[in-house]
Amino acid sequence: MILTFVTFIPAVGAVLLMLMPRNDKIIRWAALLISLLAFAFSLYLPVHFQNGTSGFQFQVDTRWIGDIHYRLGADGISMWLVLLTTFLVPLSVLVSWKSVHDRVKEFFVLLLLLETAMIGVFLALDMFLFYVFWEATLIPMALLIGMYGHERRIYAAVKFFLYTMVASVFMLAAIIWLYIHAGSFDYTAIQEWLGRPGHPPADVLQWLFLGFFIAFAVKVPLFPLHTWLPDAHVEAPTAGSVLLAGVLLKMGTYGLLRFNVGLFPDQAHHNASWINVLAIIGIIYGALVALVQPNLKKLIAYSSVSHLGFVVLGIFTFTQIGIDGAVYQMLNHGVSTGALFMLAGMLYERKHTYEFGEFGGLATPMPIYATFFLIAVLSSVGLPLLNGFVGEFLVLSGAFQYKMLYGILGCSGVIWSAAYLLWMYQKVFYGPIQHQENRALRDIDLREQLSLWPVTVMALVMGVVSPYWMKAIDPAVAAVNKKAVNAKIEIQKPLNVSENRQ
Amino acid sequence: MNEPNLHLWIIPLLPLVGATINGLLGRHFKNGMVATVALFFTGASFVHAVWAALQGAHLALPHVEEAGNWIWTSSFQAPFGFYLDQLSTVMMLVVTGVGFLIHLYSVGYMAHEGGFYRFFAYLNLFMFFMLTLVLANNYLLMFVGWEGVGLASYLLIGFFFLKDSAANAGKKAFIVNRIGDFAFLIGMFLLIQNFGSLNFGTIFNKLNESSLWPVETSFGVLSVIALMLMIGATGKSAQVPLYVWLPDAMEGPTPVSALIHAATMVTAGIYMIARSSAIFSRAPHTLLIVAIIGCITAVFAATMGMAQTDIKRVLAYSTVSQLGYMFMACGVAAYSAGIFHLMTHAFFKALLFLGAGSVIHAVGGEQDMRRMGGLRKLIPVTFWVMMIATLAIAGIPPLAGFFSKDEILWQASRLPYGHIIFWIIGLITAGLTSFYMFRLIFMTFFGELRLGQVDEGQEAHKANAPAHAQHDAASQSHGHADDHAHSHGGVHESPWIMLAPLVVLAVLSVVGGWVNIPKALGGNQGFANYLAPAIHTPAEIGGEQPGAREVKEEEGERGTELTFTVLSVVVAFAGLGLAWVLYVKRPELPDRITTSIRGMYVLVKNKYYVDEIYNALLVTPLLAISTYVFWRGVDQGVIDGTVNGLGSASKGIGQGLRHMQSGNIRSYAAWVAAGGAAVIAYMIYLGVR
Repeated sequence: MILTFVTFIPAVGAVLLMLMPRNDKIIRWAALLISLLAFAFSLYLPVHFQNGTSGFQFQVDTRWIGDIHYRLGADGISMWLVLLTTFLVPLSVLVSWKSVHDRVKEFFVLLLLLETAMIGVFLALDMFLFYVFWEATLIPMALLIGMYGHERRIYAAVKFFLYTMVASVFMLAAIIWLYIHAGSFDYTAIQEWLGRPGHPPADVLQWLFLGFFIAFAVKVPLFPLHTWLPDAHVEAPTAGSVLLAGVLLKMGTYGLLRFNVGLFPDQAHHNASWINVLAIIGIIYGALVALVQPNLKKLIAYSSVSHLGFVVLGIFTFTQIGIDGAVYQMLNHGVSTGALFMLAGMLYERKHTYEFGEFGGLATPMPIYATFFLIAVLSSVGLPLLNGFVGEFLVLSGAFQYKMLYGILGCSGVIWSAAYLLWMYQKVFYGPIQHQENRALRDIDLREQLSLWPVTVMALVMGVVSPYWMKAIDPAVAAVNKKAVNAKIEIQKPLNVSENRQ
Repeated sequence: MNEPNLHLWIIPLLPLVGATINGLLGRHFKNGMVATVALFFTGASFVHAVWAALQGAHLALPHVEEAGNWIWTSSFQAPFGFYLDQLSTVMMLVVTGVGFLIHLYSVGYMAHEGGFYRFFAYLNLFMFFMLTLVLANNYLLMFVGWEGVGLASYLLIGFFFLKDSAANAGKKAFIVNRIGDFAFLIGMFLLIQNFGSLNFGTIFNKLNESSLWPVETSFGVLSVIALMLMIGATGKSAQVPLYVWLPDAMEGPTPVSALIHAATMVTAGIYMIARSSAIFSRAPHTLLIVAIIGCITAVFAATMGMAQTDIKRVLAYSTVSQLGYMFMACGVAAYSAGIFHLMTHAFFKALLFLGAGSVIHAVGGEQDMRRMGGLRKLIPVTFWVMMIATLAIAGIPPLAGFFSKDEILWQASRLPYGHIIFWIIGLITAGLTSFYMFRLIFMTFFGELRLGQVDEGQEAHKANAPAHAQHDAASQSHGHADDHAHSHGGVHESPWIMLAPLVVLAVLSVVGGWVNIPKALGGNQGFANYLAPAIHTPAEIGGEQPGAREVKEEEGERGTELTFTVLSVVVAFAGLGLAWVLYVKRPELPDRITTSIRGMYVLVKNKYYVDEIYNALLVTPLLAISTYVFWRGVDQGVIDGTVNGLGSASKGIGQGLRHMQSGNIRSYAAWVAAGGAAVIAYMIYLGVR
């Protein structure tokens, strides 16, 4: 039941919002309260989660339509992605407080509907239900971009919608095929059916694998399917960017892990080489293109391409450490890139542009803002003791064990990310003030600080006490990654503390 | 055995608390309060470190304390663990001791600067990371400190961020260091792969207790690991080819140069190699590379130091050069000699920087030595402590630098890991060091005060070397930003809070070397013996009895060692004498000489154009390719072009939703439908066949 509550509180809230009078102030507060309520409910999950077990927990399963079930469940991977979602939505509400002043009600209704759909994607264990939630994220997001975005919002919204829509169709085809043959939409049942020896034949599996893969790869986005992302981000309103980068992209990597690796381990291993090559191209290419962007939001968007490349690389190493890191990196990216987009949005509210040429020397008029920004940048750079490092290190370690060259190439990302992010920071904050009117920019106010503190603290906490998350993630990863690559690590048992004391 | 708990974690944590308090609340504090907080937590850390060192004397070392896991997965863990042995004891005392003195000095030096609280928050943050680096019990936690000091360095170099040069220098330092870190990470991955752990105890025990890991005769896995770690060290410790960030780092406030870019952070690479001696000693090929790089760096940087006119830049190149010595020491497997020089260098180089800061402070922000002179009488305390430090670095007995440098030179000459060539180059470098250091002393403190003068000859130089002219402008403006509150009129001695640390460091620069007097001079090498248990030499690994070499040494080598020592002192005095002739007796000579070897001089003066070469070969092409090939070409051209072309033969899709009913969108939808239908059809075909 708890999962149903967590999933549908935002949707029910959205309905309530629709019924409310058009008083922007009340609407904002109501949206904030609803999203906080959903967050509060979602906190039940980690508190009551049984660490160390690999199965799905808090399950609900009732027949919906015919063979389609309403089945939800959380393991260590999906639980934290749900938490990420419920954590980011209240912050998105906060950053939209003043920046959205037109059609406020519709905005928050869309935001809350989007939240339900995103949570549903992570929790659904019925393929059809999954697909419904998957497509349901599309509409509110496309509308958020199209209705509340900047100058070229329509172009971006359509591009976003079409890219994802086209790709999803392939997944739908695969799901239907599976239903016809396995006679079920149920994740576990299909997994079991696929695991039986001999059927279906390998070439079919390959097509099924690709059907899922293309849908998820576009969402991630994996090179060369990434070009919708910079456009969508640049045009999207701040909250849209935060959720797009923070959560929607994770739906792609989550899908790759849950479906491509979880259902088709042999095909995943077969196809790993080119997928990893694309992931590595994404890491390096995304970073290099980020390095030359003249636009703050585009830079962050390309940095996402690079960071998500790490996640895909980690998943397709099939090593415990690599996938652990990939899952952790999903959460990290949500926190740190979410923070960066929130920060970019605050600057936009003041300057109505993202072009670097309009900034420079802002550390003097906006010192508090500059400090928050620096921490977000460092977390994205992967500075140890902030969240980004843990995921990156584990992913690269896994990649290195899987294939040394992948590890080395991926590792070069640490140089590129420092280069483009510090370059960006310098462009915005250092040097003499370029435009006199920027001297009068006001620093961030209490509400803005309030929206930044949670992500900042989270970046630090996740960098220091990662085992808290990992204890839940690790067993779930082991369960999904059935055909693990046996790492060349020579130890058999976990090292414990006393052994090192001699 | 019931080991006492020393609570080592407190040592790094105390400065972090200070940094947090000043960082969060410092804006509302008065300067006095900020300074009190910063000094209290650094001082307390020093006290705890001393206490731990004293306790450590009664313990079985290494003593390990762990406080839970930082990273945990079922296949790999890294703890928050701290490691106390002889090596980390030395490092922790140097860092907290010198660090505290520099904090004290900074209170006076930074008194008139904006961002006082910010400065001390960063400085304390640096202490936290540096102490984490030296006390960590595993490579990953060491890497935390390693990256963290890089961050603190970035923030402090860019402290005067309104200047583009400062912001650029900070960024450059961070990125160049990241190149080294890239290799460090790969080294760590290799360690995980081969040892399943990054804990020092686990790795070193596996190495030492099994016969699987002998000294490698070919370039095996340990050699690769050592090579990767070494590349990491070349970044942090500013060795060729990654040294380029350190001279630029002088954009930071002078106490920062003293603490981070001379005494502590830049020595992290040396520490890391010494810490990994169990690996390096099994990798003789890599050791040779280390020695060669150290040797090249030492002499290369020394030549650049000779032609600098900015007082801090001279010291910067000198630091690079001295770090080269330490690298060379490690490369000839004389790790304890390297650490010995690290320690004495921390004393006298910190003193030189702080002294230079006192000079800059006195002359109102001027950093160009050509505009100084005659300051001996005006700021006598500063003069005398600088003199002591210079004698120390030049290797004049019986000051600290003499003993440590002599030890390195002697070890470098000995086979099998050393070679006479290393010794010869080291000796030349010693001469150059002595020359440029006394050049600095004579230009600054002797002759007449030339403050405010710019003579025409120098203007001409600038015209010939635009890069240098630019730098001069930067250093001038830096001076103003740095010490804007000081009057340019009267040259004055610094306040006691700045002088006291100078005097303490001066005493250490004199006596610091006496802990390791060589046997040839009747000493007992106490420091080397103390460090010995923490360090694994190739001889030990090769199964040689620890005493075997000693005996050999007794017989034949004493005499040679003594001869070498005398030679190095002679060379040091020669450098001194040459500087005296050129900059005191015949001050017109340097110009004549530089004119006669114009090309060579311009080359050296412009630092061999290394920065320009790196820019032309690496940075510019990379940016151009990223812009024109990747972004405009692949992204906007190929990919978007293909997709747009696929969807619409005519107009772009940007025209808007109003066309949805009639225009391009339908063609997209058609494509969607067609593609989907085709796939579904195929799936169904597969299903029914």
